Amino acid sequence: MSIKLEHVNYIYSPETAYEKHALRDICLEIPHGQFVGIIGHTGSGKSTLIQHLNGLIKATDGTVYYDGKNIYDEGYSLKELRSQVGLVFQYPEHQLFEVSVLKDVCFGPHNQGLSEPECEKRAKEALELVGFPEKYYDQSPFDLSGGQKRRAAIAGVLAMRPKVLVLDEPTAGLDPKGRDDILDQIARLHSQTDMTVILVSHSMEDIAKYVERIIVMNKGSIMFDDTPKKVFSHYRELESVGLAAPQVTYIMHALKEKGMPVSTAPTTVEEAADAIMESLKKENREIL
Amino acid sequence: MRMIQTKDLVFDYQQRDEEGKVIGTHRAINEVDIDIYKGQFIGILGHNGSGKSTLAKHMNALLVPSGGTMWVDGKDTKDEDQLWDVRQAAGMVFQNPDNQIIGTVVEEDVGFGPENLGVPTADIWKRVEDSLKSVGMLEYRSHSPNKLSGGQKQRVAIAGVMAMRPKCIVLDEPTAMLDPNGRKEVLSAVEELREKEQVTVILITHYMEEVIGADKIFVMDQGNIVMEGTPGEIFGQVDKLKEYRLDVPQVTRLADKLKKRGLDIPDGILSIEELVDEICQLN
Repeated sequence: MSIKLEHVNYIYSPETAYEKHALRDICLEIPHGQFVGIIGHTGSGKSTLIQHLNGLIKATDGTVYYDGKNIYDEGYSLKELRSQVGLVFQYPEHQLFEVSVLKDVCFGPHNQGLSEPECEKRAKEALELVGFPEKYYDQSPFDLSGGQKRRAAIAGVLAMRPKVLVLDEPTAGLDPKGRDDILDQIARLHSQTDMTVILVSHSMEDIAKYVERIIVMNKGSIMFDDTPKKVFSHYRELESVGLAAPQVTYIMHALKEKGMPVSTAPTTVEEAADAIMESLKKENREIL
Repeated sequence: MRMIQTKDLVFDYQQRDEEGKVIGTHRAINEVDIDIYKGQFIGILGHNGSGKSTLAKHMNALLVPSGGTMWVDGKDTKDEDQLWDVRQAAGMVFQNPDNQIIGTVVEEDVGFGPENLGVPTADIWKRVEDSLKSVGMLEYRSHSPNKLSGGQKQRVAIAGVMAMRPKCIVLDEPTAMLDPNGRKEVLSAVEELREKEQVTVILITHYMEEVIGADKIFVMDQGNIVMEGTPGEIFGQVDKLKEYRLDVPQVTRLADKLKKRGLDIPDGILSIEELVDEICQLN
């Protein structure tokens, strides 16, 4: 169930004053089951890119393959593709509309033509996956807290049992605890199922903590595509395109500049604490 | 001089049934007393639903207290005759720029506020230009706002408030949708406004790093002010903040972790330089 983009270009409003080349010759392959992060400044083409993954917008030029098949071929079922590649937009809770949470989550499977009991079964399963408390199933989604609304909305996509889950800034606007809860839940989901997860985020700290691969977008092109450690080692270049590395990366580099023999690789607080302790121990031994 | 003051401020949201009858109330603000002085930079933290936004909406009389009093620039927000003065004194910027932009062209949108205040035309143009420049959006002045990215839109929304030359600007999670650079730009634009125009800034945010330069931080929980102090005092209490569903900047978390592992590092480290100095002194 891999996704492959070959020389994809996308131009908004071609041949008008507002023409904008949003994607430039994008080539990338995401094998099934990967946990991928996409970062890039606002307007770098991240959102345009992910909308190509389920055919919401069609490349001006180039090809998108899902599971080896060209999605632009005549007769290819985009409806089927969209039920396999689930997209969770920014602020998905704005799309909640039903009278109860359960009904709202049933909407997707309903549209897939499933029977009532099957819809409900999948909806409950999805709500459970995102850690949504059962006692609120019959509540109006509008009476929930921000974090719960977000969970309900994500469940609405999961209920369609996608093979690929794409989340566009799923934690925007949530408090720190809500942010950690949602991301932990997504990480658990990724490890429990064989789902591919693609996470778009502006938080380098979050990205560093969860994903195994980072794709950096800049001006419609792929700037880096590597493991978090390798990507964040280019922190100066990331800054020049409006991004940054996690705060700990800067701390490690600053320590090294001051002459402390410490690795600059850590990208999470845990790793940084370990590296600093280790370096201090080593030095003390030398002194002894 | 006080910019904003509250005394026993209470706000109850009313829950209504389908016929519009009140069936219950939910207390969003519970007897809050705060004092904010002119020119201060204030951070307000708190988890989703803690009452931050409700408090903010009182600051330009979008909501009026159910009990107690709120004064903005010395004016009681309950006094309808002073409503417009209150709103001109305190400008609001919300989280989602799409809900705040009304013009079809960027400069028209930014000019909307001063135009409504009856500012002379030549002066409006100057304000529009200054405001757009301060948020780094001048080159987009003749663009259509709906062609802009979320971050760019937010900067236009802030320019729109700045063009009204308020004494106080209340930003309710203005950076929630922005990338790191967009965040930096917005914050430095706000900082500049504070320095050059002595505007009081009240910043509500979920990003702890954004308020480390604040003069004072208020932490809200269940409608109450539960912590109040300088950034150093607030962020020194890592575990207490966690109880309120909050966090500390990554550098503070690392300092706390190292301290718990036995290193001699003080509480409330806020910057990378501080932490690096502390660690280097250990050797």
